[in-house]
Amino acid sequence: MYKNVAKYGFFIALAMILSYIEILIPFNLGIPGAKLGLANLVVFLLLYSEGVKSAAIVSFLRILLVGFTFGNLFSIFYSIAGGMLSLGVMALCQKSKLFSKIGVSMAGGVSHNIGQILAAAIVLQTPAVFYYLPFLLIAGLVTGGVIGVLGRQILKSVFTGTGL
Amino acid sequence: MKKKDFILISIVLLISALLLLFYNFIGKQDSDRVLVTIDGKEYLTLSLTEEIQLTIDAGNGKTNVLVIENKTADITDASCPDKLCVSHKSISKNGETIVCLPNKVVVQIIKSGEKGLDGIAGSIFWH
Repeated sequence: MYKNVAKYGFFIALAMILSYIEILIPFNLGIPGAKLGLANLVVFLLLYSEGVKSAAIVSFLRILLVGFTFGNLFSIFYSIAGGMLSLGVMALCQKSKLFSKIGVSMAGGVSHNIGQILAAAIVLQTPAVFYYLPFLLIAGLVTGGVIGVLGRQILKSVFTGTGL
Repeated sequence: MKKKDFILISIVLLISALLLLFYNFIGKQDSDRVLVTIDGKEYLTLSLTEEIQLTIDAGNGKTNVLVIENKTADITDASCPDKLCVSHKSISKNGETIVCLPNKVVVQIIKSGEKGLDGIAGSIFWH
């Protein structure tokens, strides 16, 4: 129990710092609204090192804390829609063993953006937001790919043999 | 990377391309109404041919300044923090949209006579 508190505290803090870095230095991908989503790196690492439950706990709490600190109730709603759909899809893709780590992360990036678009369509009550979908699908591939490459490397060099 | 990864990438790219093609196909007729909605409810519609500058009041002190001139509509100022709607290019074609997510304001070009938000084409900036 105490071990878990420390562990989750560490990973949530790490995810929050990555979110904060992204607020300080926005990584412009040429598509407005699209972000790299560095915090998803932590979720990705946890999914592979600890399992879907740990990843979900850290992802959810990170979104709540970052949302209350820097965002508002709507940004939390968008983030949860994207984050949870993304994690669900990544967990399924990982379990299916069809994709490599990079492929799993790409699927996560794409589904993250689909979740956010759906949330925006619900909040704004307009299908107009779906115009944005093709750009966000491609953005999801790119961001997911970057996170996947980083995550694979970190898993290989940091997580092996540490018992985390 | 596995072969299935590349299949995934191809499928996503293909869907994106098809969607873009579809949007371009359905939404490029000339049109002449500007529909403004706040929180999904119709706020007002204007003619794209008129020359007007007005302040959209989204409640709670949230405002967006809408300018219509030369058959284009543009948001030139807003109370929202990041002002993505302000930096958005002006819109003139059917279905084109400017969205201000913090203020829940949607400005959309629609065909005259068309009432709802049927068009999904255009370009949109969101927050």
